[in-house]
Amino acid sequence: MRRSSTLSGILSALLLALLTLTAGPGTARADEPHKILIADPFIELHTGPGRGYPVFHVIERGREVMIVKRRTDWFQLRTDRGLEGWAPRDQMIATLEPTGEPLDLQEPARENYMSRRWQAGVAGGDFAGASMISAFGGYAFSDNLSIELTLNHILGEFSTGYSATLGLMHVFVPEWRISPYFTLGTGVIHTEPKSTLVQSIDRDDQIGYVGGGLQFYLTRRFMLRTEYRNNVIFTSRNDNEEVDEWKYLGFAFFF
Amino acid sequence: MEVSGLRLLFLIALAATTLPGCALFRRGDAQLPPATSEQTAAEPVTGEPSDKPIIDPQVERREIRRTRIDTEDFEVGAYVGVLSVEDFESNVVYGARLAYHLTEDFFLEATAGQSRAGRTSYENLSGSADLLTDSERDYTYYALSVGWNALPGEIFLGENRAYNTAFYLVAGIGNTTFAGDDRFTVNGGFGYRILPADWIAVHFDVRDHVYDIDLLGEKKIVNNLEAHLGLSIFF
Repeated sequence: MRRSSTLSGILSALLLALLTLTAGPGTARADEPHKILIADPFIELHTGPGRGYPVFHVIERGREVMIVKRRTDWFQLRTDRGLEGWAPRDQMIATLEPTGEPLDLQEPARENYMSRRWQAGVAGGDFAGASMISAFGGYAFSDNLSIELTLNHILGEFSTGYSATLGLMHVFVPEWRISPYFTLGTGVIHTEPKSTLVQSIDRDDQIGYVGGGLQFYLTRRFMLRTEYRNNVIFTSRNDNEEVDEWKYLGFAFFF
Repeated sequence: MEVSGLRLLFLIALAATTLPGCALFRRGDAQLPPATSEQTAAEPVTGEPSDKPIIDPQVERREIRRTRIDTEDFEVGAYVGVLSVEDFESNVVYGARLAYHLTEDFFLEATAGQSRAGRTSYENLSGSADLLTDSERDYTYYALSVGWNALPGEIFLGENRAYNTAFYLVAGIGNTTFAGDDRFTVNGGFGYRILPADWIAVHFDVRDHVYDIDLLGEKKIVNNLEAHLGLSIFF
Protein backbone atom coordinates (compact mmCIF):
# COMPACT_ATOMS: atom_id res chain seq x y z
CA MET A 1 0.00 0.00 0.00
CA ARG A 2 2.77 2.36 1.00
CA ARG A 3 4.68 1.64 -2.18
CA SER A 4 1.69 2.13 -4.42
CA SER A 5 0.96 5.48 -2.83
CA THR A 6 4.55 6.62 -3.45
CA LEU A 7 4.22 5.47 -7.03
CA SER A 8 1.01 7.38 -7.51
CA GLY A 9 2.82 10.36 -6.04
CA ILE A 10 5.53 9.98 -8.66
CA LEU A 11 2.90 9.58 -11.34
CA SER A 12 1.05 12.72 -10.34
CA ALA A 13 4.33 14.63 -10.18
CA LEU A 14 5.14 13.45 -13.71
CA LEU A 15 1.68 14.47 -14.89
CA LEU A 16 2.17 17.86 -13.31
CA ALA A 17 5.52 18.16 -15.06
CA LEU A 18 3.80 17.20 -18.30
CA LEU A 19 1.17 19.89 -17.84
CA THR A 20 3.78 22.55 -17.17
CA LEU A 21 5.79 21.31 -20.14
CA THR A 22 2.87 21.75 -22.49
CA ALA A 23 3.50 25.45 -22.10
CA GLY A 24 7.10 24.74 -23.17
CA PRO A 25 6.91 24.68 -26.97
CA GLY A 26 5.09 28.00 -27.00
CA THR A 27 7.80 29.75 -25.04
CA ALA A 28 10.53 28.03 -27.03
CA ARG A 29 9.08 29.50 -30.21
CA ALA A 30 9.63 32.97 -28.82
CA ASP A 31 13.39 32.40 -28.70
CA GLU A 32 15.44 34.02 -31.40
CA PRO A 33 16.19 31.31 -33.96
CA HIS A 34 19.72 30.46 -34.95
CA LYS A 35 20.54 31.80 -38.44
CA ILE A 36 22.96 29.95 -40.65
CA LEU A 37 24.32 30.13 -44.18
CA ILE A 38 24.22 27.16 -46.55
CA ALA A 39 27.73 26.31 -47.81
CA ASP A 40 27.06 22.96 -49.47
CA PRO A 41 25.93 23.15 -53.13
CA PHE A 42 22.49 22.39 -51.76
CA ILE A 43 20.70 20.94 -48.73
CA GLU A 44 17.74 18.62 -49.00
CA LEU A 45 14.80 19.09 -46.68
CA HIS A 46 13.01 15.95 -45.54
CA THR A 47 9.45 15.93 -44.20
CA GLY A 48 10.57 14.20 -41.00
CA PRO A 49 13.65 13.57 -38.88
CA GLY A 50 14.67 10.31 -40.55
CA ARG A 51 16.41 9.15 -43.72
CA GLY A 52 13.25 7.51 -45.05
CA TYR A 53 11.08 10.62 -45.02
CA PRO A 54 10.78 12.08 -48.52
CA VAL A 55 12.71 15.12 -49.70
CA PHE A 56 10.28 17.90 -50.53
CA HIS A 57 12.48 20.95 -50.92
CA VAL A 58 16.05 21.93 -51.78
CA ILE A 59 17.90 24.96 -50.44
CA GLU A 60 20.79 26.25 -52.53
CA ARG A 61 24.21 27.47 -51.52
CA GLY A 62 24.39 30.96 -50.08
CA ARG A 63 20.85 31.03 -48.75
CA GLU A 64 20.23 31.97 -45.15
CA VAL A 65 18.02 29.63 -43.11
CA MET A 66 17.07 29.33 -39.46
CA ILE A 67 17.60 26.32 -37.24
CA VAL A 68 14.34 25.72 -35.41
CA LYS A 69 15.29 22.65 -33.40
CA ARG A 70 17.30 19.49 -33.35
CA ARG A 71 16.18 15.89 -32.81
CA THR A 72 18.89 13.21 -32.58
CA ASP A 73 21.05 13.87 -35.69
CA TRP A 74 18.46 15.87 -37.58
CA PHE A 75 17.93 19.63 -37.69
CA GLN A 76 14.67 21.34 -38.46
CA LEU A 77 15.30 24.31 -40.75
CA ARG A 78 13.02 27.17 -41.70
CA THR A 79 13.58 29.00 -44.96
CA ASP A 80 12.88 32.71 -45.46
CA ARG A 81 9.67 31.66 -47.18
CA GLY A 82 8.50 29.88 -44.05
CA LEU A 83 9.02 26.33 -45.27
CA GLU A 84 10.06 23.91 -42.53
CA GLY A 85 11.88 20.66 -43.08
CA TRP A 86 14.54 18.38 -41.64
CA ALA A 87 18.18 18.07 -42.72
CA PRO A 88 20.70 15.50 -41.47
CA ARG A 89 23.79 16.41 -39.47
CA ASP A 90 26.18 15.34 -42.27
CA GLN A 91 24.83 18.15 -44.43
CA MET A 92 24.88 20.65 -41.59
CA ILE A 93 28.63 20.29 -40.97
CA ALA A 94 29.38 22.44 -44.03
CA THR A 95 27.01 25.25 -43.06
CA LEU A 96 28.31 28.57 -41.79
CA GLU A 97 27.51 31.10 -39.12
CA PRO A 98 26.42 34.53 -40.42
CA THR A 99 30.01 35.67 -39.69
CA GLY A 100 31.37 33.12 -42.12
CA GLU A 101 32.77 30.76 -39.51
CA PRO A 102 31.79 27.13 -39.73
CA LEU A 103 28.81 26.25 -37.57
CA ASP A 104 29.88 24.65 -34.33
CA LEU A 105 27.46 21.84 -33.59
CA GLN A 106 29.18 21.14 -30.29
CA GLU A 107 29.02 17.46 -30.94
CA PRO A 108 29.94 15.36 -27.92
CA ALA A 109 32.60 12.93 -29.02
CA ARG A 110 35.11 10.60 -27.52
CA GLU A 111 37.56 13.47 -27.01
CA ASN A 112 34.90 15.18 -24.89
CA TYR A 113 34.85 12.15 -22.66
CA MET A 114 38.09 13.37 -21.14
CA SER A 115 36.46 16.61 -20.10
CA ARG A 116 33.22 15.05 -18.91
CA ARG A 117 32.21 15.51 -15.32
CA TRP A 118 28.94 13.65 -14.88
CA GLN A 119 27.97 10.20 -15.94
CA ALA A 120 24.74 8.23 -15.38
CA GLY A 121 23.15 5.03 -16.57
CA VAL A 122 21.15 1.88 -15.98
CA ALA A 123 22.09 -1.79 -16.04
CA GLY A 124 20.63 -5.22 -15.65
CA GLY A 125 22.30 -8.20 -14.04
CA ASP A 126 22.48 -10.88 -11.43
CA PHE A 127 22.94 -10.62 -7.67
CA ALA A 128 23.60 -14.00 -6.04
CA GLY A 129 21.20 -15.71 -8.42
CA ALA A 130 18.54 -13.02 -8.15
CA SER A 131 17.73 -10.62 -10.97
CA MET A 132 18.97 -7.12 -10.48
CA ILE A 133 18.06 -3.75 -11.93
CA SER A 134 20.62 -1.08 -11.33
CA ALA A 135 20.88 2.69 -11.73
CA PHE A 136 24.09 4.60 -11.27
CA GLY A 137 25.43 8.12 -11.38
CA GLY A 138 28.93 9.44 -10.95
CA TYR A 139 31.06 12.54 -10.79
CA ALA A 140 34.63 12.58 -12.12
CA PHE A 141 37.35 14.40 -10.18
CA SER A 142 39.98 13.73 -12.80
CA ASP A 143 40.41 11.86 -16.07
CA ASN A 144 40.71 8.57 -14.23
CA LEU A 145 39.01 8.84 -10.90
CA SER A 146 35.34 9.32 -10.15
CA ILE A 147 32.91 8.79 -7.29
CA GLU A 148 29.83 6.76 -8.08
CA LEU A 149 26.47 6.12 -6.43
CA THR A 150 24.68 2.89 -7.37
CA LEU A 151 21.11 1.90 -6.53
CA ASN A 152 20.12 -1.72 -7.04
CA HIS A 153 16.71 -3.32 -7.00
CA ILE A 154 17.27 -7.03 -6.32
CA LEU A 155 14.41 -9.36 -7.26
CA GLY A 156 14.93 -12.91 -6.08
CA GLU A 157 12.78 -15.97 -5.78
CA PHE A 158 12.70 -15.91 -1.99
CA SER A 159 13.45 -12.33 -1.17
CA THR A 160 13.63 -8.89 -2.68
CA GLY A 161 15.89 -6.08 -1.69
CA TYR A 162 17.39 -2.72 -2.32
CA SER A 163 20.97 -1.66 -2.02
CA ALA A 164 22.64 1.72 -2.20
CA THR A 165 26.40 1.92 -2.50
CA LEU A 166 28.91 4.71 -2.81
CA GLY A 167 32.34 3.99 -4.20
CA LEU A 168 35.36 5.08 -6.13
CA MET A 169 35.87 4.11 -9.72
CA HIS A 170 39.24 4.22 -11.43
CA VAL A 171 39.30 4.02 -15.23
CA PHE A 172 42.77 2.86 -16.22
CA VAL A 173 43.07 4.29 -19.73
CA PRO A 174 40.06 6.55 -20.36
CA GLU A 175 41.19 7.43 -23.89
CA TRP A 176 40.79 3.85 -25.09
CA ARG A 177 37.56 2.86 -26.77
CA ILE A 178 37.31 -0.22 -24.54
CA SER A 179 38.67 0.63 -21.18
CA PRO A 180 38.89 -1.45 -18.01
CA TYR A 181 38.15 0.02 -14.61
CA PHE A 182 38.46 -0.85 -10.97
CA THR A 183 35.89 -0.02 -8.30
CA LEU A 184 35.75 -0.14 -4.52
CA GLY A 185 33.10 1.05 -2.10
CA THR A 186 30.58 0.51 0.63
CA GLY A 187 26.87 0.91 1.28
CA VAL A 188 23.74 -0.58 2.75
CA ILE A 189 21.47 -3.42 1.68
CA HIS A 190 17.88 -3.94 2.72
CA THR A 191 16.39 -7.42 2.32
CA GLU A 192 12.72 -8.39 2.55
CA PRO A 193 11.71 -12.04 2.37
CA LYS A 194 8.76 -12.86 0.12
CA SER A 195 5.39 -12.65 1.80
CA THR A 196 4.79 -16.35 1.05
CA LEU A 197 7.65 -17.25 3.40
CA VAL A 198 6.85 -17.29 7.08
CA GLN A 199 10.01 -17.26 9.16
CA SER A 200 12.58 -14.55 8.50
CA ILE A 201 12.29 -10.81 9.01
CA ASP A 202 13.43 -7.72 7.13
CA ARG A 203 17.12 -7.00 7.44
CA ASP A 204 19.35 -3.97 6.99
CA ASP A 205 23.05 -4.73 6.63
CA GLN A 206 26.20 -2.95 5.69
CA ILE A 207 27.83 -4.03 2.46
CA GLY A 208 31.32 -3.57 1.08
CA TYR A 209 32.49 -4.35 -2.42
CA VAL A 210 35.46 -4.61 -4.72
CA GLY A 211 35.06 -5.07 -8.42
CA GLY A 212 36.05 -4.33 -11.94
CA GLY A 213 34.53 -3.85 -15.32
CA LEU A 214 34.82 -2.71 -18.88
CA GLN A 215 33.38 0.37 -20.47
CA PHE A 216 32.90 0.62 -24.18
CA TYR A 217 32.49 3.95 -25.91
CA LEU A 218 29.57 3.63 -28.31
CA THR A 219 28.96 6.94 -30.05
CA ARG A 220 28.32 10.61 -29.25
CA ARG A 221 27.81 10.67 -25.48
CA PHE A 222 26.88 7.03 -24.99
CA MET A 223 28.71 4.12 -23.48
CA LEU A 224 28.09 0.49 -22.65
CA ARG A 225 29.54 -1.16 -19.61
CA THR A 226 29.75 -4.51 -17.94
CA GLU A 227 30.86 -5.04 -14.38
CA TYR A 228 31.59 -7.62 -11.73
CA ARG A 229 31.53 -6.95 -7.99
CA ASN A 230 32.47 -9.12 -5.08
CA ASN A 231 30.28 -8.03 -2.19
CA VAL A 232 30.75 -8.75 1.48
CA ILE A 233 27.56 -8.37 3.50
CA PHE A 234 28.36 -7.68 7.15
CA THR A 235 25.47 -9.61 8.68
CA SER A 236 24.45 -9.62 12.33
CA ARG A 237 25.09 -13.36 12.36
CA ASN A 238 28.45 -14.99 13.03
CA ASP A 239 29.49 -15.26 9.40
CA ASN A 240 29.70 -12.58 6.80
CA GLU A 241 28.09 -13.36 3.48
CA GLU A 242 30.03 -13.16 0.23
CA VAL A 243 27.95 -12.40 -2.82
CA ASP A 244 28.84 -12.25 -6.51
CA GLU A 245 27.20 -9.46 -8.44
CA TRP A 246 27.24 -9.21 -12.23
CA LYS A 247 26.02 -6.29 -14.25
CA TYR A 248 25.71 -8.04 -17.59
CA LEU A 249 24.96 -5.00 -19.63
CA GLY A 250 24.67 -1.37 -18.71
CA PHE A 251 24.03 1.72 -20.73
CA ALA A 252 25.61 4.99 -19.68
CA PHE A 253 25.87 8.52 -20.97
CA PHE A 254 28.14 11.39 -19.94
CA PHE A 255 27.49 15.10 -19.90
CA MET B 1 57.02 61.72 -48.14
CA GLU B 2 54.60 62.90 -50.73
CA VAL B 3 52.88 59.54 -50.72
CA SER B 4 52.57 59.29 -46.93
CA GLY B 5 51.16 62.80 -46.78
CA LEU B 6 48.53 61.90 -49.30
CA ARG B 7 47.75 58.73 -47.46
CA LEU B 8 47.41 60.63 -44.23
CA LEU B 9 45.04 63.11 -45.81
CA PHE B 10 43.03 60.27 -47.26
CA LEU B 11 42.86 58.53 -43.91
CA ILE B 12 41.81 61.76 -42.18
CA ALA B 13 39.08 62.25 -44.73
CA LEU B 14 38.01 58.65 -44.20
CA ALA B 15 37.97 59.12 -40.45
CA ALA B 16 36.02 62.34 -40.78
CA THR B 17 33.36 60.64 -42.83
CA THR B 18 33.10 57.33 -41.01
CA LEU B 19 33.65 58.24 -37.38
CA PRO B 20 30.47 60.28 -36.92
CA GLY B 21 28.68 57.20 -38.17
CA CYS B 22 30.50 54.99 -35.70
CA ALA B 23 29.48 57.34 -32.95
CA LEU B 24 25.94 56.07 -33.36
CA PHE B 25 27.08 52.72 -32.00
CA ARG B 26 28.59 54.21 -28.89
CA ARG B 27 26.59 54.07 -25.74
CA GLY B 28 26.49 56.79 -23.11
CA ASP B 29 28.93 59.66 -22.98
CA ALA B 30 32.14 57.74 -23.66
CA GLN B 31 34.89 59.86 -25.13
CA LEU B 32 34.51 60.33 -28.80
CA PRO B 33 37.55 60.52 -31.05
CA PRO B 34 38.15 63.95 -32.52
CA ALA B 35 36.25 64.14 -35.73
CA THR B 36 37.64 67.53 -36.80
CA SER B 37 40.47 67.53 -39.27
CA GLU B 38 42.23 70.71 -38.02
CA GLN B 39 43.63 69.12 -34.87
CA THR B 40 45.19 66.14 -36.57
CA ALA B 41 46.31 68.21 -39.53
CA ALA B 42 48.12 70.58 -37.17
CA GLU B 43 50.39 67.79 -36.01
CA PRO B 44 53.69 67.64 -37.87
CA VAL B 45 53.74 65.02 -40.52
CA THR B 46 57.44 64.50 -40.15
CA GLY B 47 59.49 63.98 -37.00
CA GLU B 48 59.20 61.49 -34.16
CA PRO B 49 56.31 59.07 -34.60
CA SER B 50 54.07 59.17 -31.55
CA ASP B 51 53.12 55.99 -29.70
CA LYS B 52 49.49 56.79 -30.07
CA PRO B 53 47.93 55.48 -33.30
CA ILE B 54 47.03 58.33 -35.56
CA ILE B 55 43.63 56.91 -36.22
CA ASP B 56 41.74 55.05 -33.58
CA PRO B 57 38.64 53.91 -35.42
CA GLN B 58 36.73 52.89 -32.27
CA VAL B 59 34.60 50.49 -34.25
CA GLU B 60 32.79 48.21 -31.89
CA ARG B 61 33.15 44.54 -32.54
CA ARG B 62 29.99 43.07 -33.95
CA GLU B 63 28.70 40.80 -31.26
CA ILE B 64 27.27 37.51 -32.41
CA ARG B 65 25.04 35.98 -29.85
CA ARG B 66 25.02 32.24 -30.45
CA THR B 67 21.64 31.00 -29.46
CA ARG B 68 21.73 27.43 -28.31
CA ILE B 69 20.05 25.05 -30.67
CA ASP B 70 16.89 23.72 -29.09
CA THR B 71 17.48 19.97 -28.83
CA GLU B 72 14.36 17.88 -28.43
CA ASP B 73 15.51 14.35 -27.73
CA PHE B 74 13.36 13.70 -24.66
CA GLU B 75 9.73 12.76 -24.67
CA VAL B 76 7.49 12.79 -21.60
CA GLY B 77 3.93 11.61 -21.50
CA ALA B 78 1.10 9.78 -19.82
CA TYR B 79 -1.14 6.93 -20.85
CA VAL B 80 -4.40 5.20 -19.99
CA GLY B 81 -5.42 1.72 -21.02
CA VAL B 82 -6.49 -1.74 -20.05
CA LEU B 83 -4.33 -4.28 -18.25
CA SER B 84 -5.31 -7.91 -18.07
CA VAL B 85 -3.83 -9.49 -14.96
CA GLU B 86 -3.75 -13.23 -15.53
CA ASP B 87 -6.37 -14.95 -13.32
CA PHE B 88 -7.39 -11.57 -11.90
CA GLU B 89 -9.62 -9.92 -14.52
CA SER B 90 -8.83 -6.82 -16.56
CA ASN B 91 -8.70 -3.33 -15.19
CA VAL B 92 -7.86 0.22 -16.06
CA VAL B 93 -4.14 1.01 -16.04
CA TYR B 94 -2.61 4.44 -16.10
CA GLY B 95 0.99 5.41 -16.19
CA ALA B 96 3.74 7.80 -17.14
CA ARG B 97 6.44 7.48 -19.74
CA LEU B 98 9.81 9.12 -20.28
CA ALA B 99 11.74 8.39 -23.45
CA TYR B 100 15.11 9.50 -24.74
CA HIS B 101 15.77 9.29 -28.47
CA LEU B 102 19.34 8.15 -29.04
CA THR B 103 19.24 8.12 -32.82
CA GLU B 104 16.51 8.26 -35.40
CA ASP B 105 16.22 4.47 -35.01
CA PHE B 106 16.58 3.75 -31.30
CA PHE B 107 15.21 5.11 -28.08
CA LEU B 108 15.30 4.31 -24.38
CA GLU B 109 12.11 4.31 -22.42
CA ALA B 110 11.18 4.30 -18.76
CA THR B 111 7.56 3.60 -17.88
CA ALA B 112 5.74 3.37 -14.58
CA GLY B 113 2.15 2.25 -14.30
CA GLN B 114 -0.52 1.46 -11.80
CA SER B 115 -3.57 -0.78 -11.90
CA ARG B 116 -5.65 -2.98 -9.65
CA ALA B 117 -6.37 -6.69 -9.82
CA GLY B 118 -9.91 -8.01 -9.67
CA ARG B 119 -11.18 -11.32 -8.31
CA THR B 120 -10.34 -14.74 -9.70
CA SER B 121 -13.07 -17.06 -10.93
CA TYR B 122 -12.17 -19.36 -8.06
CA GLU B 123 -12.82 -16.63 -5.51
CA ASN B 124 -16.15 -15.81 -7.11
CA LEU B 125 -17.31 -19.40 -7.26
CA SER B 126 -16.16 -20.58 -3.85
CA GLY B 127 -17.70 -17.53 -2.23
CA SER B 128 -15.61 -17.24 0.89
CA ALA B 129 -11.88 -17.72 0.47
CA ASP B 130 -10.04 -14.63 -0.74
CA LEU B 131 -6.61 -15.24 -2.19
CA LEU B 132 -5.42 -11.69 -1.67
CA THR B 133 -6.11 -8.91 0.75
CA ASP B 134 -7.35 -5.58 -0.50
CA SER B 135 -3.93 -3.91 -0.50
CA GLU B 136 -2.32 -6.95 -2.18
CA ARG B 137 -4.57 -6.34 -5.18
CA ASP B 138 -2.71 -3.12 -5.98
CA TYR B 139 -0.65 -3.65 -9.09
CA THR B 140 2.24 -1.32 -9.88
CA TYR B 141 5.14 -1.73 -12.25
CA TYR B 142 8.11 0.02 -13.72
CA ALA B 143 10.06 -0.90 -16.83
CA LEU B 144 13.27 0.17 -18.52
CA SER B 145 13.17 -0.64 -22.20
CA VAL B 146 14.88 -0.15 -25.51
CA GLY B 147 12.78 0.73 -28.52
CA TRP B 148 13.40 0.43 -32.22
CA ASN B 149 11.52 2.54 -34.76
CA ALA B 150 11.09 -0.35 -37.15
CA LEU B 151 8.72 1.22 -39.65
CA PRO B 152 8.81 5.00 -39.86
CA GLY B 153 6.33 6.51 -42.25
CA GLU B 154 3.58 8.96 -42.89
CA ILE B 155 -0.18 8.86 -42.84
CA PHE B 156 -2.27 11.02 -45.10
CA LEU B 157 -5.51 12.66 -44.11
CA GLY B 158 -7.21 13.98 -47.19
CA GLU B 159 -5.28 15.87 -49.81
CA ASN B 160 -3.28 18.37 -47.79
CA ARG B 161 -2.36 16.72 -44.54
CA ALA B 162 0.47 14.30 -43.85
CA TYR B 163 1.60 13.27 -40.40
CA ASN B 164 4.80 11.50 -39.46
CA THR B 165 4.35 8.13 -37.83
CA ALA B 166 6.44 5.22 -36.62
CA PHE B 167 5.71 1.64 -35.79
CA TYR B 168 8.14 0.56 -33.11
CA LEU B 169 9.13 -2.52 -31.16
CA VAL B 170 9.99 -2.33 -27.46
CA ALA B 171 11.60 -4.77 -25.04
CA GLY B 172 12.97 -4.37 -21.56
CA ILE B 173 13.22 -5.34 -17.94
CA GLY B 174 11.58 -4.04 -14.81
CA ASN B 175 9.65 -4.84 -11.70
CA THR B 176 6.04 -5.64 -10.90
CA THR B 177 4.69 -5.23 -7.40
CA PHE B 178 1.63 -7.41 -7.06
CA ALA B 179 0.21 -9.69 -4.36
CA GLY B 180 2.50 -8.04 -1.83
CA ASP B 181 5.77 -8.88 -3.55
CA ASP B 182 8.20 -7.46 -6.08
CA ARG B 183 8.72 -9.61 -9.15
CA PHE B 184 11.35 -9.31 -11.85
CA THR B 185 9.44 -8.67 -15.04
CA VAL B 186 10.37 -8.87 -18.68
CA ASN B 187 8.26 -6.78 -21.00
CA GLY B 188 7.95 -6.60 -24.73
CA GLY B 189 5.56 -5.26 -27.28
CA PHE B 190 4.93 -2.85 -30.06
CA GLY B 191 3.50 0.59 -30.54
CA TYR B 192 2.41 3.09 -33.11
CA ARG B 193 3.21 6.76 -32.82
CA ILE B 194 1.58 9.60 -34.75
CA LEU B 195 2.96 13.14 -34.58
CA PRO B 196 0.22 15.74 -35.17
CA ALA B 197 2.97 18.38 -34.81
CA ASP B 198 6.74 18.16 -34.39
CA TRP B 199 6.54 18.44 -30.62
CA ILE B 200 3.60 16.21 -29.73
CA ALA B 201 2.93 12.51 -30.25
CA VAL B 202 -0.07 10.22 -29.84
CA HIS B 203 0.82 6.62 -28.99
CA PHE B 204 -0.99 3.35 -29.15
CA ASP B 205 0.93 0.60 -27.37
CA VAL B 206 0.52 -3.09 -26.69
CA ARG B 207 2.75 -4.69 -24.06
CA ASP B 208 3.17 -8.08 -22.53
CA HIS B 209 4.52 -8.23 -18.98
CA VAL B 210 5.94 -11.63 -18.12
CA TYR B 211 6.95 -12.81 -14.65
CA ASP B 212 6.99 -15.87 -12.39
CA ILE B 213 4.46 -16.16 -9.59
CA ASP B 214 3.98 -18.86 -6.95
CA LEU B 215 0.83 -17.49 -5.43
CA LEU B 216 -1.10 -20.76 -5.66
CA GLY B 217 1.76 -22.90 -4.36
CA GLU B 218 3.25 -23.82 -7.69
CA LYS B 219 5.47 -21.51 -9.67
CA LYS B 220 4.10 -20.51 -13.03
CA ILE B 221 4.76 -17.98 -15.74
CA VAL B 222 2.24 -15.20 -16.04
CA ASN B 223 1.56 -13.08 -19.13
CA ASN B 224 -0.20 -9.81 -18.45
CA LEU B 225 -1.27 -8.02 -21.59
CA GLU B 226 -1.68 -4.30 -21.65
CA ALA B 227 -3.04 -1.99 -24.33
CA HIS B 228 -2.92 1.73 -23.83
CA LEU B 229 -3.34 5.08 -25.51
CA GLY B 230 -0.92 7.83 -24.62
CA LEU B 231 0.04 11.40 -25.30
CA SER B 232 3.57 12.73 -25.09
CA ILE B 233 5.51 15.88 -25.66
CA PHE B 234 9.04 16.33 -26.96
CA PHE B 235 11.36 18.63 -25.06
